[in-house]
Order: sequence, then structure tokens, then C-alpha cells
Amino acid sequence: MSAVTGQRLRTATGRAWVPAVQLGLLLVLLGAWQLAVSTRSISVFFFGSPAGTWRELYGWIRHGTVQGSLWQQAWVTLQETLIGFGVGVACGVLAGLALGRITWLARVFTLYVGTLNAVPRIVLGSVFVIWFGLGMASKVALAIVLVFFTVFFNSFQGARDVDANVIANARLLGAGRWSVFRHVVLPSTFSWIIASLRVAFGLAITGAVVGELIGATQGLGLLIAQSQANIDPDGVYAGLVVTTVLAVVAEGFITLLERRLLRWKPRRQTPAAAV
Amino acid sequence: MRASAVSPETPPAPTGPPLLGLRALTKRFTDPAGRERTVVADFELEVAPGEFCVLIGPSGCGKSTVLSMVAGLEQPSAGEVLVDKVPLAGTDPRTGFVFQQDAVFPWKTVLANVAAGPRFRGVGRREAARQAGDWITRVGLEGFEQHYPHQLSGGMRKRVALAQTFVNRPGLLLMDEPFSALDAQTRQIMAGELLALWESLGASVLFVTHDLEEAIALADRVVVLTARPAAVKREFVIDLPRPRAPREIRFLPRFAQLHEEIWTALSDEVHTAYAQATAAG
Ligand SMILES: Nc1ncnc2c1ncn2[C@@H]1O[C@H](COP(=O)(O)OP(=O)(O)O)[C@@H](O)[C@H]1O
Ligand SMILES: [Mg+2]
Repeated sequence: MSAVTGQRLRTATGRAWVPAVQLGLLLVLLGAWQLAVSTRSISVFFFGSPAGTWRELYGWIRHGTVQGSLWQQAWVTLQETLIGFGVGVACGVLAGLALGRITWLARVFTLYVGTLNAVPRIVLGSVFVIWFGLGMASKVALAIVLVFFTVFFNSFQGARDVDANVIANARLLGAGRWSVFRHVVLPSTFSWIIASLRVAFGLAITGAVVGELIGATQGLGLLIAQSQANIDPDGVYAGLVVTTVLAVVAEGFITLLERRLLRWKPRRQTPAAAV
Repeated sequence: MRASAVSPETPPAPTGPPLLGLRALTKRFTDPAGRERTVVADFELEVAPGEFCVLIGPSGCGKSTVLSMVAGLEQPSAGEVLVDKVPLAGTDPRTGFVFQQDAVFPWKTVLANVAAGPRFRGVGRREAARQAGDWITRVGLEGFEQHYPHQLSGGMRKRVALAQTFVNRPGLLLMDEPFSALDAQTRQIMAGELLALWESLGASVLFVTHDLEEAIALADRVVVLTARPAAVKREFVIDLPRPRAPREIRFLPRFAQLHEEIWTALSDEVHTAYAQATAAG
């Protein structure tokens, strides 16, 4: 145990320079961009600038956007994302488990799921705006569709991948159908599902923002669309920055959840740690 | 089945270990090409109550398939399995099974793994944990209750599997090459511990191996199987004294004598199996 702790400490101190280099690289890139704009090597009208983006962002935070306060817009997008994510994950997990464990269901529905999966799903955004209008419902629907397929395929694969030996062991130890499901199929499938959540959350945000780009009355996507219409690249970047912050915070929460639920798994050895 | 509510210290369930009978047991599989292949053919065997019976045969001859049918995991194509003269239908609560590969629950701690059987059988959380704790001590894993299987060595995981099976106090114990993944030293130690546990448990055992020394060290009777399809070729009564220490018993002259006799019967089958495997590959 102490050897393991020792190794972790060493890799931690050994890696302290990494964030510094990462930050430095970012500053160099932004600096080069700002310099190129200041020296008129590239057109600030089309390409914007880091300083302009910051001014725009600061303006939104201090004085609000044309739509209302920035927090209001972010909250709308976040709600669409979270509802879409929640419903999409729930449906994807249920459908994946059902088709993964019940052979005749899989035989009937695999064809449908495969065909639906082949439809370019972003286009459904246009359909949903017609069906559900410019409000939140159409964005939530798009997010659900995007999330569903990713989570579905993972939980389907996971549910089929359950070790037959472990199931046999559970049965011989006295587990009935429900106990086998609860104590073997679910936990085994969980590691697959959790692996898909990260991607799924990114898709939920994509669904919400793209839905807003297509047609909306509120949200970060609308801010981006309006900036685009005004040929205001700094506004587009500012919208992207806020969206990215949301995504990064959510990613942090998912990592915490992963740690908690997958405690039983050996820690993934990153290449850096293996050296 | 309330037998699992009994603590490990109390004597075996009142019914005692069962009599096991395999009658003309046959299993055919259809291979991907659609051809039928008989893996087990007219298998006849009787295991007396409390007897330690070891099946030995070359790899791929059908040993695991026989055990799966006895466990009720696989349906025989023909013939039947009788437990105390009653035909088996599905898995039986008296049966305990130790698998060749790791089959413990990787997402449960050692304690939860061992307590799983009693919990599945309706024992309360507290009582199940107490029974599990007793068995964890008996297999020498005290202090590892909160570890996950991936944090243990192969030998320790095998001990978890033994405790997990024994906590249910099985009358019929099926073991499919349980120690084959372990190194030679660990295998001998585990064999000794298995004998000690079995002597206190008093179950009828059907133990599969392809290691002849292990077979003689453990068994009351060694049954040599033919190459595929598996059938009984010859049986040998092992008249070595008990209690045994598998590490020392190898040096008895009688052990060497039995080894020689059984190996003569076994080697033909090993060669046949080798020819089958190379012809197929
Ligand atoms: N589910 C199955 N379907 C088709 N063939 C199988 C199946 N299970 C086992 N077999 C075949 O039966 C033979 C015996 O397998 P097994 O009982 O595992 O042998 P052993 O345990 O003696 O090594 C092997 O040739 C194997 O390929
Ligand atoms: Mg086998």
C-alpha cells in the first residue's frame, strides 16, 4: 500500500509542471492572435480578437445581453441540457438493458434502432422546432435524441457483455432473476454506461445550443446566432466561452460520480503514471 | 431452505450430504458449421454421501460440461442427474460451485462477496455479515473484508470464492479445476486448506482437474475419463490415510504406486486428445 502511495506522490510532483506549460501555451496562442490583429496581419472585423471577446463577455456579465441577463440565458440552456441529458440517459439505459438482456426484443428492435441511428440526427432539430415551437421543448427533444443513442449503444453492449460465469455463480449462490439483475447485470453494465456519460453530456449541450441556433427566443445559442447575424465574431466567441465553462463544470461532476460508482475498478493507468 | 441460517460452527444440515448419481448423461453441441458434436456420452457415475470424488481427463474432453449439467446450469441432451435419487431440475440450493475462472463479484468487497449467498437466500444483513466474517477468518482473509477483488492476489481471490461457496454450507460441492490458475506452491497450500475445510463441512464432492498429483492427494476415488466424448474409463480407489497433508503425502511409496497405475490409464487418453486437438487446429 505504502509503495502505491509513494508512487502516486512521485507522479503528482513529477507532473506539477504540466499545468504551467498548458497555461503558458494558451497565453502564447492568445497573445499571437492579439498581436496578429493589432499589427493588422489579420482582419479584426472577421476574426475578432481575445481582447474584444473579453470586452463582450465583461459587458454581458456587467450589463446583461440584449436578451436579458447572461445568467438568465445560461440558465435556459442549462435547463434544456439537464432535462435532455436526464431523460435521454434514463431512456437509453432502460432500452439498452431491455434489448441487451431479452433476446426476442433485440431480434425485433435492433433493425429499427440501427436505421434510426443512421438518420443525421442534428437535422431533427428543424423538425422539432416545427413540432414543438421556439420554446424549450424543441431543444430538450433534440438533446434527448442525441443523448439517447450514445447511452443506448453503450448500455446495450454492456448488458450483453456481462460475464456468464459471474451470472452462473450468482444463480448457484441462490440469486433469483431479480437478484441476478440487481447484483450482477446492473453493476456490470454500469461501467459501460458511465463511460458514455461524458460524451452524452457534451451531446446534450450540443443539442440545446444547436436547437437554439435553429430557432429560439432565449438561450446561449440565440446569443451566438444573433452575434453571427451582426457579423460580431467576438460575440460568437463569448457565447462559446460560456458554453464551454458549463461543459467543463459538468465534466467535473461526472468525474466525481465515476470515482464514487467505480471504486471497485482498478484505477486506469495513464501512460504518464506507467513511466 | 433455511439451512443457510445455521452458523458455520454448527454441524451440517440435518439431511447430510446427498448421494449423487449420473445416469447415461449425454451432451451434444451444434458447432457453427451446423454439425452435431457429442461432448459427453453415456456418462455413468455414483458419488456416495460425503465422498471426495475426482474426475481427471485431458483438456477439452468434456469435464466442465459434465459439471455444468450436475450444477443444473446446462440441460443434458439425454440421461439424467439424480440428487438423493430425485432427478435434478435446474440449480439446486444444496449445490455449491467453485469455478475455474474468477467468478466472484468484482464490484463487491470481500465481505459483501462472501455475504452474497446468505443474502440471496433471505438471511438478514447483520446475520449474513456475521456468517461471512466467520468464513473470511476460516479461509485466512481476516483484515481484507473491505478490499475489492482486484486488490487481492489470485490465491486470495480463490479463498474468497471458497468462503463464498462454503458459507452456504453446500451438501454437494462441485469444483472445476479451481486451482489451475495458481502457481504450484499456492496450489498445494490451497489443496491442504480445502481438505481441512471439507473435513469440517462433510460434503459430497465432485472435483475436476487435469493434474494427477492433485487428484491423488485429494481424492477418495479418482475417475479417469476418456478423450472426447467424455465417458468413464476406469476408477481407482485412493486408499491413503486421512487426514492428509497434500504436501507430504506425495512422498509415500503408495502414492507413487497409485500415480504409476493411474498414469498408465490416463496417458492413452491424453495422447488421443492431443491428436484430436492437432487434427482440429
Ligand atoms: N456451449 C458450447 N457450445 C459448443 N461447444 C462447446 C460448448 N461448451 C463446450 N463445448 C465443447 O465441448 C468440448 C469440451 O469442453 P469442456 O467441457 O469445457 O472441456 P474440459 O473442461 O474437459 O476442458 C470442447 O471441445 C468445447 O469446445
Ligand atoms: Mg474445463
